[in-house]
Amino acid sequence: MDFGPHLMLASLEGAVISAILVLTAMGLSLVFGVMRVVNVAHGEFFMLGAVLAWVVSTTLGGHPAIGFIGALIVAPVLVGCIAAGVDRFVLKRVNYDADRTIVATIGVLYIIQQSTLMLYGPEARPVQPPFNTRLSLPWFEFGENGFAMIWPWGLSITSYKLFVIFAAAAVLVALWLLLTRTRIGLIMRATQQDSDTAQAFGVPVGKVYSWVFGLGAGLAALGAVLVVPIQQAHYLMGGDPLLLAFIVVIIGGLGSLPGTVIAALLIGMSDGIISVFFSPTLAKIIATFLVAMVLVFRPQGLLGRAET
Amino acid sequence: MMASRKPLALHLGILALLLVLFFVLPAYHVGAFSRIMVLAIYAMGYNLLFGYTGLLSLGHAMFFAAGMYGFGLTTNLTGFSVIPAFASAMLAAGLLALGVGYLALRTAGVAFMIVTLMFAQTVYLIILYFGTYTRGDEGFVVQQAQRQLAGIDLTTETARYFTAFILFSVCFLAMAKLVQMPFGKRLIAIRENEERARMLGYDVANLKLRAMVISGVFSGVAGASYALLFGYVGASFAGVQYSIFPLLWVLLGGAGTTIGPLIGVIFMFYLIDISSGWTNAYMLVAGIVLVLLTLFAPQGIVGTLRKRGVAWLP
Repeated sequence: MDFGPHLMLASLEGAVISAILVLTAMGLSLVFGVMRVVNVAHGEFFMLGAVLAWVVSTTLGGHPAIGFIGALIVAPVLVGCIAAGVDRFVLKRVNYDADRTIVATIGVLYIIQQSTLMLYGPEARPVQPPFNTRLSLPWFEFGENGFAMIWPWGLSITSYKLFVIFAAAAVLVALWLLLTRTRIGLIMRATQQDSDTAQAFGVPVGKVYSWVFGLGAGLAALGAVLVVPIQQAHYLMGGDPLLLAFIVVIIGGLGSLPGTVIAALLIGMSDGIISVFFSPTLAKIIATFLVAMVLVFRPQGLLGRAET
Repeated sequence: MMASRKPLALHLGILALLLVLFFVLPAYHVGAFSRIMVLAIYAMGYNLLFGYTGLLSLGHAMFFAAGMYGFGLTTNLTGFSVIPAFASAMLAAGLLALGVGYLALRTAGVAFMIVTLMFAQTVYLIILYFGTYTRGDEGFVVQQAQRQLAGIDLTTETARYFTAFILFSVCFLAMAKLVQMPFGKRLIAIRENEERARMLGYDVANLKLRAMVISGVFSGVAGASYALLFGYVGASFAGVQYSIFPLLWVLLGGAGTTIGPLIGVIFMFYLIDISSGWTNAYMLVAGIVLVLLTLFAPQGIVGTLRKRGVAWLP
């Protein structure tokens, strides 16, 4: 394959990674924005979503689409409820103190991860995609016979991967509408701006926190349900999404949702493209180090504005 | 006068107890305690930064790994003997701590945690990347021939226990002295109220950096001792889990106490040891302990004892 088609293939892979990443990172960013806490267990909610997707789809059986749709509904809701429980019984009791929340969510991370190991086992299990046609993609070339459309061998994407990209975009639009056009969104934004004043105006801040924490975890789980037909469900799969989501949230500016989307696209695309052309470990080293440096020298993030 | 003698008596008593344990414990637990004493050095290093200075690092595994690989790679690649290899391990950990501290200490709070986490992840990935020398996840063995000091074979159970004991005693007493000195008091002042410490004229940035370097060197000593005494060097010791462990130990034992780290390591070691007999998901115990500690006993065992009447505990 020539460089051009190869790059296009890499970009498509990058777009799929971005789509999943944007959902996961959005959850983390939302929680940080509204509650001002860092949820280290976020990656485990992602993993839990993937594992539940497997559980639901094997229980339902039948055509893969039935199991997939079932998982799409059940997994995020269930994970959201678990997260809301964590908020009620753990985070609330440490008063959302930044340091203690981190330590507590590290504990939650191990509890979720190790319970999954006990109940689900150490195997990686696949989930059947609901549809999976291979679509060949054309490439344009300016050759001897003028402008021509060719179909390079190997340049293709599955219909499912395209669906993932569109599904993520749809969820983002829905989230944006929820935050900007509804009463729920208004309450969430009020809590984000000043929780004390919001409380004084009758906003049930404690409940809002539980909902936001559940919503954040649900978004990660949704991303995981979408990814599980591509990548198998495994009890240790939460580590990488957590790190990537951290990177995205930091680059995008802590708590800034538009920044998060842009950063997720940037990181996902470059991750896809770099790991096609270079050593993935080296790419990770450079990315991790650069992100640490961003935090050191621009703690408000690349796109964020300094707090006044 | 009594007040300052009691802690010293306690410290010496603990060391005497550890000495006696060698003769009374069965072989398996003697081995366990060699390991516990080495890990307690790591916990003490962490405690200086977290317990005394109030800086929560989530990346201390990089200093442990710097000591471990500093020792292991030096003996394996250059054939240096134990003493110079150990010194280079301490140097490696100290320099890394100096560099990381210089950068990471510009941040505070949550950002500091994430920055240290990211730096540790970078170190971990670098270890994997240079797999030709480090053998990545698989790790490598420090040969028995390279673990000899002044004609003593450090691989025997007895020599191992006493080496660990001597290293632990030196670090334990040095740390106890350090936090009693004005330097230690200043670190506590930073922990309690950084702005006030700065107002009083202390060079906060410099003190924090020094705490970071000392903490890093202690962690490096622990890493090097681990490689020396147990003969194995592997990337898993640089992973996130080994950054979480010292936090867990110190929280459990009691942050900002001299004996807390040792007590935390003993408790956690045996908790995990017992639970790994039942299930392979032994880290579940660590998770539950972490959550319960943050909820109910943020001061840990020693801290709670100190609050409940034994106020002189160091």
